[in-house]
Amino acid sequence: MWRDALLVAGKDLRIEARSKVAVNQIAPFSLVVLLLFAFALDPDRGFLQQATPGLFWIAVLLSSLVVVQRSFALEAADAGRDALRLTGLDPAGVFLGKAAASFVVLALLEVGLGLGVRVMYGTALTGWPVLLVAALAATAGLAAAGTIYGALSAGLHVRETLLPLLFLPVVAPVMIGGTRAFAAALDGSPSEGWRWCGLLVTFAVAYLALGMLLFETLLEDS
Amino acid sequence: MESVLCLRGAVAVLGRFPALAGADLDVVRSEIVLVSGPNGAGKSTLLRLCAGLAMLAAGEGTVLGFDLRRQRPQVRRRVGYLGHGNGLYGELSAEENVAFWARCAGAPRADVAATLDRLEVAARWRPLATAHLSAGQRRRTALACLVVRRPELWLLDEPHTGLDAPARDLLEGLIQEAVVGGATVLIASHELDRTAALATREVRLVGGTVRPAATPVPVPETSSERDHVA
Repeated sequence: MWRDALLVAGKDLRIEARSKVAVNQIAPFSLVVLLLFAFALDPDRGFLQQATPGLFWIAVLLSSLVVVQRSFALEAADAGRDALRLTGLDPAGVFLGKAAASFVVLALLEVGLGLGVRVMYGTALTGWPVLLVAALAATAGLAAAGTIYGALSAGLHVRETLLPLLFLPVVAPVMIGGTRAFAAALDGSPSEGWRWCGLLVTFAVAYLALGMLLFETLLEDS
Repeated sequence: MESVLCLRGAVAVLGRFPALAGADLDVVRSEIVLVSGPNGAGKSTLLRLCAGLAMLAAGEGTVLGFDLRRQRPQVRRRVGYLGHGNGLYGELSAEENVAFWARCAGAPRADVAATLDRLEVAARWRPLATAHLSAGQRRRTALACLVVRRPELWLLDEPHTGLDAPARDLLEGLIQEAVVGGATVLIASHELDRTAALATREVRLVGGTVRPAATPVPVPETSSERDHVA
């Protein structure tokens, strides 16, 4: 299973490195979202700094939607879905591989968004341990849940419109937990932040386990 | 003769339409079976069923001794399927695509270059992204992906599509080599002149059922019959 996961993750990341879709399209999209929030809410940086955690995670959520769609678009072209099933790879390994590749892309996007809120909103990033753990756990949860719902909607003709409908409500706990954990870290009260990190870790573990159990059925039936 | 494929009253549906409507078919090791029939007869569905990609809705079926209802993952690991799509990742090069399939099948790294050589994939376009290759070059690469896995059952759906005359000759040579090596081949094709000359038997699909189209030709003895380990 782990070998298959590495194989699939390596393949997806190599494709990403070649196509540069994350760098040329998804990262600019994320930054545009941050910029639009700045225009829409208040040019006064004080308010933007207060709202930074929520705005950051909304931008991450919207970007994760694009990352997941991209991940399954790779398999939709040129009968790739059939090919993936014919490889005989362990479905749990395929799930972990695709989730790992999405995790890497999302983590890099979050670094860019972190710089974005620092520069555009003037937010000082403090409480690094909580920020890092919350970001890693939330990203793992988004990647795992995204891979499950991406596979579920991939075989359908309406996948572009169905995926946001399925995915965004499910990952609401990630947005809430990430926002609260970041807010606690930035306010200098890390103990409150660790509690929210617990929720994020639980979410990530639950969706990773669910994906490993269900992915074979999802590949077959969707 | 060792049975490779056995279908009894096989039904496979596309949506709610029975593309295969009670197909019976037996294929033994080292046969080359041409599956002919008009458009919409169910040829592609038959091959997808045998590849473990389409679901067996009713009837019975085994491929290489594995049940098509309960053991489709085991079937998929042992068959090579070339459908209308090529199953290639457009951003990866021909070499990378073949290497991915080789690693999935646990084939040695050296087999990648050897297979590309055998398919006469020119060295100058091996590093190019397959999205930038011509249709014929992509088809050759897809064939290389199939060959590198050394499947026991080849399922070829219109394999000549996009290939020029030398590549068609090459494909037929590959099929004959595979059969000598113990593989079995099912080909759905409208290139009847070429494929009928290659096939040891022809079956005709009409309305989702299989009908014999010719008397079976004796299959030559192969190395697999001596070496095969069940």
